[in-house]
Amino acid sequence: MRFAVIVFPGTWSDYDCHYVLTSILGQEADLVWHRQTDLAGYDCVVLPGGFSYGDYLRPGAIARFSPVMEAVVKHAQAGRPVIGICNGFQILCEAGLLPGALLRNEHLQYRCQWVHLRVEVCHNPFTVACSPGQVLRMPISHGEGRYYADPETLDSLKREGRIVFRYCDPKGEVTRQANPNGSLENIAGIVNREGNVLGMMPHPERACEALLGGEDGLFIWRSLLRWAGSC
Amino acid sequence: MDRERLLEAIALTRAEYQLIVQRLGRHPNEVELGMFGALWSEHCGYKHSKVLLRRLPSQAPWVAVGRGEENAGVVRVGQGWCAALKVESHNHPSAIEPYQGAATGVGGIVRDILAMGARPLAILDSLRFGPLSHPRNRYLFAGVVGGIGGYGNCLGIPTVGGELYFEEAYSHNPLVNALCMGILPEERLVRARAQGEGNTLMLVGAGTGRDGIHGASGLASRTDPTGRFEELRPAVQVGDPFLEKLLVEACLDLAWNHPQWMVGIQDLGAAGLTAACVEAAARGGAGVEVDIARVPRREEGMTPYEVMLSESQERMLIIVRQGYEEQVGRLFQRWEIPWAIIGKVTGDGLIRVKDGPYEVACLPISILTDPPIYEGAGDMPPEVAAARAMDMASLPSPEDPAATLLALLASPNICSRRWVYQQYDQSVLNNTVVEAGADAAVLRIKGTPLALAIATDGNGRYCYLDPQVGGAMAVAEAARNVICLGARPLAITDGLNFGSPERPHVYWHMEGVIDGMAQACRALGIPVVSGNVSLYNETGGQAVYPTPVVGLMGLIEDVYRIPRPGSAKPGDEVYLLGPGPALPPQSLGGSELLAVMGLAPRGRPQLDLQLEDRVQKAALAAMKEGIVRTAHDCSEGGLAVALAELCLREGLGLEAPPLDLGPYPHASLFGEAPSRILLVTPPGAGDKLKALAQACGAPITYLGRLGGSALRLGPIALPLGSMAQAYEGAIERALQGP
Repeated sequence: MRFAVIVFPGTWSDYDCHYVLTSILGQEADLVWHRQTDLAGYDCVVLPGGFSYGDYLRPGAIARFSPVMEAVVKHAQAGRPVIGICNGFQILCEAGLLPGALLRNEHLQYRCQWVHLRVEVCHNPFTVACSPGQVLRMPISHGEGRYYADPETLDSLKREGRIVFRYCDPKGEVTRQANPNGSLENIAGIVNREGNVLGMMPHPERACEALLGGEDGLFIWRSLLRWAGSC
Repeated sequence: MDRERLLEAIALTRAEYQLIVQRLGRHPNEVELGMFGALWSEHCGYKHSKVLLRRLPSQAPWVAVGRGEENAGVVRVGQGWCAALKVESHNHPSAIEPYQGAATGVGGIVRDILAMGARPLAILDSLRFGPLSHPRNRYLFAGVVGGIGGYGNCLGIPTVGGELYFEEAYSHNPLVNALCMGILPEERLVRARAQGEGNTLMLVGAGTGRDGIHGASGLASRTDPTGRFEELRPAVQVGDPFLEKLLVEACLDLAWNHPQWMVGIQDLGAAGLTAACVEAAARGGAGVEVDIARVPRREEGMTPYEVMLSESQERMLIIVRQGYEEQVGRLFQRWEIPWAIIGKVTGDGLIRVKDGPYEVACLPISILTDPPIYEGAGDMPPEVAAARAMDMASLPSPEDPAATLLALLASPNICSRRWVYQQYDQSVLNNTVVEAGADAAVLRIKGTPLALAIATDGNGRYCYLDPQVGGAMAVAEAARNVICLGARPLAITDGLNFGSPERPHVYWHMEGVIDGMAQACRALGIPVVSGNVSLYNETGGQAVYPTPVVGLMGLIEDVYRIPRPGSAKPGDEVYLLGPGPALPPQSLGGSELLAVMGLAPRGRPQLDLQLEDRVQKAALAAMKEGIVRTAHDCSEGGLAVALAELCLREGLGLEAPPLDLGPYPHASLFGEAPSRILLVTPPGAGDKLKALAQACGAPITYLGRLGGSALRLGPIALPLGSMAQAYEGAIERALQGP
């Protein structure tokens, strides 16, 4: 599979995503500078974490106007997979590819810690290698990860099975205590209506080696590979 | 500004002014005097510390760049890789504006590492504040932690460790020392040298503004920062981590992919453009010519004086090889970073500053970089003599050792630092093998089995009571910390924080600490490859505790075989390597127990460097044999706290058989004798471990077996739950105020 890892000024998970995709998973991946306007030939687009444009104004608010975003939208509209992680999720919301917004964490602090996620649905390119209810462990690292959407949007996300990950405890219980940022209904990741655009706050690319504390992030990347293989 | 007021603003003495006139053979103009003020400041010129710093060993076969040579020290770590290391203080700015003070401290140290051509791999922060019972200390603490996170998180460099102490002595003068470690391929090492006549000086990064003028001279080289709060606030710089992130990527693109395009990279830090040009020229043995009319500004109407002394952040000076200006300019443009050609390297040994057609300064580099050196005279403060002389044997012993242990675990100097480090990104860059909260952080080097362990250490209370022993203990403990993760100590960067060196009582501490560190470095074979000195940390004649921050980097040969925190299993055996468990009452000297009992520091810490060396060698030998599951250093709070921390970390209780705690059980439980490491071995490995320790000449004692959910040690029996309750959340509770 061929991945485009988009690099905005201020992106910092680009190397981590690129490293995991190439060195650990043996896939083809390019670091694509945000001024590039053509993403033809890529199977999957990754919008990595970081502080694009320093998060100045609002996370993702400036990056959504980057030249590359038109191509990202086109890629998404063609039904090809787009995964936005952390700042990438924020950019996808700002660009209107995903509904809702990511607000300042409820406790007003940045938070970097390992969290548990319950996989809610598995019929999309990002979790097809998981089983429903499976608990994944990976780090979060953000100051603005509190997912918010208006009641109608939230309702449709639930009805349409578009909530992909919820913060949970190690046993898979979705509790108030397991919610690290005050996200609505413990939401950690959602997909668009078509299911080919995922936004998630946790960092699967930081959980791909036992040496670094866990390998559960591989489930996300392997899902993408399996989905591509079955298409 | 008239000359007297200018001298006051830049903190030069009349005698120093006379010296300038004598060496120049004329009076300097205002711009030139400002440049002298910056480079002859204590902060840049090391006037009161240079003589003492020479006593620290800085060479070893693996050292590539030693102390004082460049922006940071560099050591070879193997497989073609080098590691760069440097610590820097930002105490005075943080006392005035904690968020920006700490943030720009991080920014500055990262640029120092970058100037070596190294990719910054990790940040650590060593912090000291007054007690959190005081609202201003809470404000300073929260602001500093916020600033470190705000800057480091945005940069995408993990913040993986450091230290945190609260003592009254730091109430008016918090200490904020930031450390950065980076890695680079050996052949990509960059020197910050302006050499080769005709080569081009290119300024890249932020526009130059009026922020931070007199930061090095007026702010960092004087006492009583908070007393002149409003007046000095403009001397604190404001950071833009986003631009710094771009600078990091662009400079590494240049240094790693196009090294032939340039001859050097120099950070603009303290004393801004002046220090950057002069230091680079001094290293290159050349001269420079700068036209400040070409320096991009962010404010209008700036005078030459302001441009030369601005400490605006996120700027680097690139010494471009003649003929490659266009390529280098394009590279920075590609990263969307402003750049400008501002001058060239000359052969006359002078710095000539022009403002368009007019020359505004012309000074010999050799005079600017040769400030007067002062050798102080030390005198032991009488209160130290009195505190040392106090009888330790007659101290009352705590009635309830279990309650005492809980009080120690909840003490701000010992409790969990989670509140701090969970606000820092610790894992970006995918190298963090062991995160903050362990004895040391561990960062792997991708594509190799190598990893670097790093820790900081420095107990000001010990140094106050006995500077030599305290200085040596800082080195010894930092070494033990990295050894606990299976690393061989490789190099030190030292941040030295003291009051005014012009006072004999402070100088006595300063000299003692440096001598103690030097002794320990020699005994343990560890070179000091870089460092920073911050003086005048005092208010109203009250100096901070003499506080060395020893940042120590160790090398791990095989990261897949390290003793990892959290890997112990029920039934594993716990051994105490080093003296004890029975200790004499002298081991309580300067201890946290005394602080928890509400007693002023007293006694005198002790250290046997030969024993320390044997213990460290024994621990490493046991780890090499693969019989150590995990390890933990025994330090503040003594054996009881170390065992409690081990139990909490591993999620297992400890069942200790009756131990001989000697005639002073409270000293044995809570005394802070150094040279001790807790080793956890799988069942059955004990005999081998004991034989190894004995062969190294290190004492070893079996303490007990891990299992269950309570710590049982002599008179103490405590469930893990109640220890966790005391240990976790103590900072949050303290932040809520009394």
